[in-house]
Amino acid sequence: MPNLKDLRLRITSVKSTQKITAAMKMVAASKLRRAQEQAEAARPYAEHMERMLGSLVASMGDAAGAPPLLTGTNGDHNQLLVVVTSDRGLCGGFNAQVVRGARARINRLRLDGKEVKILCLGRKGRDGLKRDFAGIIVDTVEGLTRRQVYFEDANDIAERLAKMFADGDFDVCTLIYNRFKSAISQEFTVQQLIPFPVMKTEEWDNEVGQKRENRLAAIYEFEPDEETILADLLPRNLGVQMYRAMLESYAGEHGARMAAMDSATRNAGEVIDRLELHYNRTRQAAITTEMIEIVSGAEAI
Amino acid sequence: MAEWVEFELVSPARLLVSEPVEMVVVPGVEGDFGVLPGHAPVIAQVRPGVIDIHGDGKVIRRIFVAGGFAEVTPERCTVLAEEARPVEDIDGAQAGERLAAARTAVDNPEDIDAPARRARVRELRVAEALLAAAQEE
Repeated sequence: MPNLKDLRLRITSVKSTQKITAAMKMVAASKLRRAQEQAEAARPYAEHMERMLGSLVASMGDAAGAPPLLTGTNGDHNQLLVVVTSDRGLCGGFNAQVVRGARARINRLRLDGKEVKILCLGRKGRDGLKRDFAGIIVDTVEGLTRRQVYFEDANDIAERLAKMFADGDFDVCTLIYNRFKSAISQEFTVQQLIPFPVMKTEEWDNEVGQKRENRLAAIYEFEPDEETILADLLPRNLGVQMYRAMLESYAGEHGARMAAMDSATRNAGEVIDRLELHYNRTRQAAITTEMIEIVSGAEAI
Repeated sequence: MAEWVEFELVSPARLLVSEPVEMVVVPGVEGDFGVLPGHAPVIAQVRPGVIDIHGDGKVIRRIFVAGGFAEVTPERCTVLAEEARPVEDIDGAQAGERLAAARTAVDNPEDIDAPARRARVRELRVAEALLAAAQEE
C-alpha cells in the first residue's frame, strides 16, 4: 500500500498536469477562433477565382493552347502527394488521421504501378511517414503555421510545385489534408491540384444555386485573351488552393487540440477524484490502526 | 440600369473593399478602363497601377494594386489583387528602396532560370508602379 506522502505527491502532480491541459485548451480555443476568422476572410478571393476559372474554361471549350496545368501531361505515372499536417503534436488523432490516409493512398497507387513522391508540409507528417517511405519523401517544409498562415508561404510552395511540374517531376499532384468541419471534427480530404479539375458548369450551378442567374447572364469578353489570362490565373489559383488547404488544416489542428485537451482535463479530474478517495481511506485506516494500538496497549497494562 | 456599381476589392487574405460606387477606373493590361453601371461583362488582367474610385464627378479614393484580375458584370466590378493598399499609405522612400532592390535583382544576370527571371521583372514593374503612384500623390 502506498503511503500517505506518496499519494499526496501524486495528487499534486496530477493537479498541475490538469492545469497545463486546461491552459492549453484555452489557448487552442482562442487560436481556433482566429484561424476560423482567417479562413472565413480568405473565402471571397478563392470563390471569385474559381468562378473566373469556370467561365474561362467554359468559354475556351476544348480549344488547343490550354496550359498543361489545366490539361495535364497525358499521363499519370508520376504522382506527387502533398501531405499537410501540423508541426506540433498533442492534438489527438489529427495527424494520425492524415498519415493513415496518406499511407493507404500511397500503397494503392503503388499497387497500380505508379511512381509516388511525397512532399510533407508539417513535421508530424514526415515523422509518421518516414518509417515506411523515407526514400520517396522529396522534402519537408516546417514552420508554416508558427503564428498564423501567410499567403506568401502558400504561394512559395505553389510556385515550387509549378516549377517541379514544368520540369516534368510529376504528372499528377494531389493534396492531402484535414478539412475543418466543426470545432470537434475534421474531415480527411484528398484534392487534386494538378492538373486542375474544373467543375462542370452544371455542378457549379448546383453548388451555388443563388449565383445561377448571375452566371447565365454573364458571357464575358476577355482582355487580353483567354489563353493569356488562363496562363496567369492558373499558377495563382494553385497558390490560393494551397492557402485554403493550409488554413483548413490550421483551424482543424486547433480544433483537434482543443478537443484533446478538453478530454485530458476531464480525465485528470477523474484521476484526482479517485486518488483523493484513496488518500482519505488510507488516512482513515492509519488513524484507526493507531487507535486500536493505543487501546490494546492500555488494556494490556 | 442601376445607378451604382458594386465595387469589390479582394486580396487572398481578406475582402478589402465592398461598396457601391459611381464609377471605378481599373488599370487593365491593355489600358485603363472605366466601369460604369451596365458595363459589358469582361474578365481582364490588371497591371500594377492605381484604381480610381469616382464619386460626385471626382476621384474620391485611390488604391494601388500590384496586378491581378478584374471581373466586370453589369452590376458589379470585382478586382482580385495579391497586394493592395491605399495610395496615401504608400511611403515614397520605401517604394524607392524597393525599386532599387528590384532593379539590382533584375540587372544581376547570375544563375537564375527563366521563371525566376520573369518573377523579378514582374517585381520591378510593381515597384515602378508603386513609386509612380507615390509621386503622383
